[in-house]
Amino acid sequence: MILVVDLSYRPGSLSLDEFVAPVECIVRNEGVTARMRHYTGLSRQDIASADGVILCGTALKDFGYLEALDRFAWLPSFPCPVLGICAGMQVLVRVYGGDVHSATGIGMAEQRVVAPDPLLAGKDRFLAFELHCLSVAPPPSFTILAGSPSGVQVIRHRELPVYGVMFHPEVRNEWLVRRFLSLCRPGKETGMP
Amino acid sequence: MKLGVLFSGGKDSAFACLRAMGKEEVTCLITVLPKNPESYLFHTPNTGLTALQAEAAGLPLVTVESEGVEEAEVADLSRAISRAVERHGIEGVVTGAIHSVYQATRVQRVCHSLDLWCFNPLWLKDQEEYLEEVVSSGFRFLISAVSAVPLDEGWLGREVDHHAVEDLKAMARWHRMNPAGEGGEYETFVLDAPFFRKRIEVLRASREYHAGHGVFRIEEARLVAR
Repeated sequence: MILVVDLSYRPGSLSLDEFVAPVECIVRNEGVTARMRHYTGLSRQDIASADGVILCGTALKDFGYLEALDRFAWLPSFPCPVLGICAGMQVLVRVYGGDVHSATGIGMAEQRVVAPDPLLAGKDRFLAFELHCLSVAPPPSFTILAGSPSGVQVIRHRELPVYGVMFHPEVRNEWLVRRFLSLCRPGKETGMP
Repeated sequence: MKLGVLFSGGKDSAFACLRAMGKEEVTCLITVLPKNPESYLFHTPNTGLTALQAEAAGLPLVTVESEGVEEAEVADLSRAISRAVERHGIEGVVTGAIHSVYQATRVQRVCHSLDLWCFNPLWLKDQEEYLEEVVSSGFRFLISAVSAVPLDEGWLGREVDHHAVEDLKAMARWHRMNPAGEGGEYETFVLDAPFFRKRIEVLRASREYHAGHGVFRIEEARLVAR
């Protein structure tokens, strides 16, 4: 089961349809069970039974998740793969000790892969849909995998299958979510060093 | 949160409006009236009738005319949204974008520059399921323009019911078109919606069709009891 986490300003918000439902749809279309939860309503059972977690993005003007980082204190000890998308990437970076700063990217932009990784295998440059007004300065425990003119776009923890993606892979780059899911299946080799 | 809905009069903006009403407070509709029928950003047929639709919904309408020139349209959109902020105190905007990154990017940029929320509740929806959902939710709408080869003159003015949905789905599979018309294959005009207090009756209309492109122009319409 993949836990798909809604980071928007309140449970059941208009952003749920826009940022969470499309990710959940990709998960289900891969034949994987998805459980959608708002970050304020996560139970220990939700977390303990997940084979992977996807932290979804939210609206450009929504920053409430950054004021509730204690809600994500469980992330560093979560034993399975994690993918943070946009807001989710910002949460990962803050929880692991990095920082966020202003940097806006809205629209399709070229992504340049700068370090090899199974998640981006075979990709050198590609276009992706960005929708952010914050960027990240990842902590030393993360490596930068890809970037664009608006800043760091893909990161991975150096020892754990924990990824952050600033662009929205659910828009025209669903392959990235599918590759992440392949890391989550129980007993699956993660490809980590 | 007070929201304004970018409203073209077609099914997508009307359905987005319904979704927004279920979760926030919709305080006005916003229509950009493009003079150019080839507008890049805005829906064009019958947009002059959004005033009648707004009256049917009991919502105020904010309108701005646009020359329909590619990037200048963004400035016109910004002007329309700014006017809605001044008149109705909106804090955000709702659009009916489904897959158009072109449209979504421009509206997001305008909202960001005006420090407003932007919501796209139909974003990335499965188009077949979505089309069925619109019809099943009680919307009544007709085809107001066509611009894809399998959609011939016979579709102009046709009301989209469950039979028409099946026909559109079949054509979409054969001809690689978007069943919900998101690629501009067709445009629609909403006659009735769950949030309308009255429905629209078309009294007089004309059809123009040439070389795969056609418009169903509503020349006279009125509100009647639902």
